[in-house]
Amino acid sequence: MKIMDIVQISLYFGILGILTLLLGSYIFRVLGKDRQGALDSFSRMDNAILRLVVGGRGTYEMTWKEYAFSLLVFNGIGFFALVLLQLFQAGLPLNPQKLPDVPFWLAFNTAVSFMTNTNWQAYSGEAVMSYLTQMLGLCVQNFLSAATGMGVLLALARGLKRQSAKTVGNFWVDVTRTTLYVLLPLSIILAVLLVSQGVVQSLAPYATVKTVEGGSQVIPLGPAASQIAIKQLGTNGGGFFGVNSAHPFENPTPFSNFLEMLAILLIPAVSVYMFGLMVGSRRHGACLFAAMLAILLAGFIVAWWSETRVNPMIGSPCWMEGKEIRFGVMNSVLWGCVTTGASNGSVNAMHDSMSPLTGMIPMCNMMMGEIIFGGVGTGLYTMILYVILTVFLTGIMVGRTPEYLGKKIEAREMIWAIIGILLPSAVILVGSAMACLLPAARSSVANGGPHGLSEILYAFTSATENNGSAFTGLNANTVFYNLALSVAMLIGRFGVIIPVLAIAGLLVSKKAAPPSSGTFPTTGVAFVFVLIGVILIVGALTFVPPLFLGPVVEHGLMLRGITF
Amino acid sequence: MKTKSNNIFQDMALWRRALRDALYKMDPREQRRNVVMFIVWIGAALVTCTLLRHATAFNIQITLWLWFTVLFANWAEALAEGRGKAQADALRKTRSKTVAHRMNGDKIETVPAADLRAGDMVVCEAGDVIPADGEVVEGIATVDESAITGESAPVIRESGGDRSAVTGGTRVISDRIEVRVTSQPGHSFLDRMIALIESAKRQKTPNEIALSVVLISLTVLFILVVATLPAFARYSELAANQPGASVTSIAVLVSLLVCLMPTTIGGLLSAIGIGGMDQMMRNNVLAMSGRAVEAAGDVDVMLLDKTGTITLGNRMATAFIPVSGIEESALADVAQLASLADETPEGRSIAILAKERYGLRGREVAAPHARFVQFSARTRMSGVDFVDSEGKVTCSIRKGAAEAMRQYVEKMGGLYPTTVAAAVEQISRSGGTPIVVADCGRILGIVHLKDVVKGGIRERFAKLRKMGIRTIMITGDNPLTAAAIAAEAGVDDFMAEAKPEDKLDLIRKEQAKGHLVAMIGDGTNDSPALAQSDVGVAMHSGTQAAREAGNMVDLDSNPTKLLEIVEIGKQILMTRGALTTFSFANDVAKYFAILPAMFSTLYAVRGGPGPLSKLNVMHLHSPESAILSAVVFNALIIVSLIPLALKGVKYRPIGASALLIRNMVIYGLGGLIAPFIGIKLVDMLLVALGLV
Repeated sequence: MKIMDIVQISLYFGILGILTLLLGSYIFRVLGKDRQGALDSFSRMDNAILRLVVGGRGTYEMTWKEYAFSLLVFNGIGFFALVLLQLFQAGLPLNPQKLPDVPFWLAFNTAVSFMTNTNWQAYSGEAVMSYLTQMLGLCVQNFLSAATGMGVLLALARGLKRQSAKTVGNFWVDVTRTTLYVLLPLSIILAVLLVSQGVVQSLAPYATVKTVEGGSQVIPLGPAASQIAIKQLGTNGGGFFGVNSAHPFENPTPFSNFLEMLAILLIPAVSVYMFGLMVGSRRHGACLFAAMLAILLAGFIVAWWSETRVNPMIGSPCWMEGKEIRFGVMNSVLWGCVTTGASNGSVNAMHDSMSPLTGMIPMCNMMMGEIIFGGVGTGLYTMILYVILTVFLTGIMVGRTPEYLGKKIEAREMIWAIIGILLPSAVILVGSAMACLLPAARSSVANGGPHGLSEILYAFTSATENNGSAFTGLNANTVFYNLALSVAMLIGRFGVIIPVLAIAGLLVSKKAAPPSSGTFPTTGVAFVFVLIGVILIVGALTFVPPLFLGPVVEHGLMLRGITF
Repeated sequence: MKTKSNNIFQDMALWRRALRDALYKMDPREQRRNVVMFIVWIGAALVTCTLLRHATAFNIQITLWLWFTVLFANWAEALAEGRGKAQADALRKTRSKTVAHRMNGDKIETVPAADLRAGDMVVCEAGDVIPADGEVVEGIATVDESAITGESAPVIRESGGDRSAVTGGTRVISDRIEVRVTSQPGHSFLDRMIALIESAKRQKTPNEIALSVVLISLTVLFILVVATLPAFARYSELAANQPGASVTSIAVLVSLLVCLMPTTIGGLLSAIGIGGMDQMMRNNVLAMSGRAVEAAGDVDVMLLDKTGTITLGNRMATAFIPVSGIEESALADVAQLASLADETPEGRSIAILAKERYGLRGREVAAPHARFVQFSARTRMSGVDFVDSEGKVTCSIRKGAAEAMRQYVEKMGGLYPTTVAAAVEQISRSGGTPIVVADCGRILGIVHLKDVVKGGIRERFAKLRKMGIRTIMITGDNPLTAAAIAAEAGVDDFMAEAKPEDKLDLIRKEQAKGHLVAMIGDGTNDSPALAQSDVGVAMHSGTQAAREAGNMVDLDSNPTKLLEIVEIGKQILMTRGALTTFSFANDVAKYFAILPAMFSTLYAVRGGPGPLSKLNVMHLHSPESAILSAVVFNALIIVSLIPLALKGVKYRPIGASALLIRNMVIYGLGGLIAPFIGIKLVDMLLVALGLV
């Protein structure tokens, strides 16, 4: 059992590594090569599309402000389209179940959620969303929100690489290319593979079947495979069905589980490799990869240990509540760590039912800012903010004013980096504290004791960090949570994107200084350790008090035989 | 200044004065300049207000220690400023009392120094204080510049050349000079120096600003952490059905906040900056801005003049190479004779070498027998002619450049041996200068003159290389000579046959590649390059133009001072980094002290301790003593790190990675562990004293 687990884990990370290397050069070729507006054979197709959509000026080079403006406009349009689609779905075609219009606050929350790549779901897909809303609204946003994140990363990488320039690329080109050459092909391959495992892909109405007992059961169907492919690849995580990847039509077999887990980390991992190539230091890319992997594994080991030790209540090492028999403990824990490390948020087991410390790990993964590979683009660009903080510290500790990849990090870069790192933390703290104080918000909590606090904390963390997974147990479809979590998602998304783009804009105008032996290299083991230290200290220091009062206390109580 | 630089830590008067200043700084208007400490100030004030309602022994002690925290930080700053203030006062005294002898046509009138304008001519005689900065236009004098440099040995100032600048406030010891005033009142070197010393605290450097951004942002975040804590506590109390089970009084929350906030670095930040400027001054370097000091730490290319910096000023004789059949001592003898009247340093060095090697003493070769032939650019030879009583030349000794000597010997009908030509070639190639010596038309051999690289310079360059600094030697020599000296001195690169304007081009070229360039210069023709370089150090002995152009002045006029300047620049940054890391690493222990204390009974079953009291890993005596110990430790750590802040973390040229690991272990890991021990000790002490 244990040996099989370890074989599986090694296989998982081994294949992830191989795919990273294989896809890395491809994605660098189609996205990362800095063409500076020059055309080549590749761009003929995207240029044609761009001319159609945004007119002739499609490919001009943008400053960071223009880039940010385009991004906001693009996301704004997506948001309104999605709200409208939900509000009027009853009257629109492809609604075989005659589902009613989505209530306003839920529609608002869902639109924010899918636009920001959070995919927090205060609803159950099969009970609320029509096929048209799922396909034209949610599925499309799955692609576009991922492409948006990738665009920001590309702009940042250009900011680091270009010298004494003004522009950071073109938003429309980046989004188009990401969608056309990366997300679509991979999604098609994955969707076909998933269908082979039994994931449904159908426009037929829900099936009604007679059960053995003679009763009747409605079995929801829908165009699931196509959406699930991008849900995992685009680190979206919004399930087609309410129970997400625990649902047999979303994730039917151990093999589909393995594939989907791979898909969750694939593009974020590949982007790290691409970033290394883009900034001209493959070793730096490898170091970032190593730091991410190390934090992921450390968290996983703690979680796995906690989940497999003897449960004092029942006297055996069995924590099967909330888990699917077909996946087992290890695959549920690994998925939990992977999905929260990447800002995916799909779940194949209920994190709420895991042991207190195991449940804390996904929370910590998110609290650190979704930098353990993280979301498509977002993970790495948030990581770069930590890197900037790290080089600032290491720079002054070796007696040099800090620089990153040769570019001086000064007060203005630091202001933006700190905003990008701390703003989400502030939102989580303030949001959770508000929910703790409001009786209406408290009443949404299903469990008593510290577990309830964990539920609130998890919800705000998941929304702010654009993860979207739920601890479950919390009834989030109330006006307070729909609104508060929407605000959290918006700040968590654009409160990081804007600073990152601003940093790209500041750095692109600078000239890189060549490294000397007095420069602390961002390519060594020492760098990886310091980076991890900075991430842990900055992440942990902020959340120690609520974590103490949530999972840690719960763990202490559990050892005394008290559970919630 | 050097004379006054006895150890600051022994100077009790300074400490006392600083303590008084620290109290003045408690004024909120003053305090506001340091955001982190101002928030501590507000917290302390807040807790003081709560004393009106809950004046428990615990609250009173917390209040006191919070105020001490602010006071200690102010003390550090006042201490750093103290030395500067004392210096500025002393300098101001010299300025106020001076009178000037202004030349007005043929008359000399006596006016107060403050009335002098640029362009005025003044006369200074022995005993006079030079009334203003200026340029010597007439005369030569010895000047005592100890008021500025602290160096008691007088220096020579003369008209023309690179030693013509005089500084207001220095004293003429001998002779008489006429000086043209070059500075307007209030803008003299002395004025600038006073302003610099006094304003050291006012302008923040770019890196200081960036660090402040980090510290303030994290402080704001910690305010949120502490402000949201009561909400989580209320929720937990409700959930545990234990109202009031958590301790979240204002005093406790403020204590937690102050402990989490980066007060160590926040309180010592300005002291570090001022301490760095002070260290520069103790090295007799006057930095025009903190920005320049900081830039010094980043320098990665250094331009150095060959002469005077890398080599001793002049070429020296190092070997006698005789042609076959001639004793080396014979050659030495003749060479010495040829050099007797040669007062150039090269000539003297030949005489000295001959004396050292063969004990040959300089002989009196007086006029009737000998006629000295001075070196001339035309003949490129010098020597001595021996004459008989009729004035006829019996024999002549010549030494000179190889080509000139060949022509001379061949004209005299002698032979120019091919071995000599070969040796000459070889010496030239090695960067030396061959001086061929002939006696009565016969070549005796060659004296090998070469640039002598200063002792220890090679080691200094090796150190610079380890620091990541590339050194470039600038010289007017031909490439061959330059290469040889560069190799011997261990510089990384050289620029031969350099004209003054080439320096400027070189600096621009390096800067375009993204390098930060430092250079030392003294001459007027160095000023453009000094102005262009990122760190331009002007020699104090240099011209006024050079001193204006650089952003640092080296009062010792020691060209290798750049090394110390770079080290101090790095030290300032490192000290900031070390204390920042230490500050944040401390927070872990403080959480472990305070949080279990706040929630010790939460979720407690049947009156036993709550589960979180298990996290009281230090086994602190009671919740009160735990919180108080953390606050006391936090305050005391500021005091105990004042010396480190003022002296700086020592820079070691061991490469960036090794340095980082070293500092991370000391200040990161140390900062993680030290408070666990410190807080426990304070707790034991508080219990022993019965204070909790």
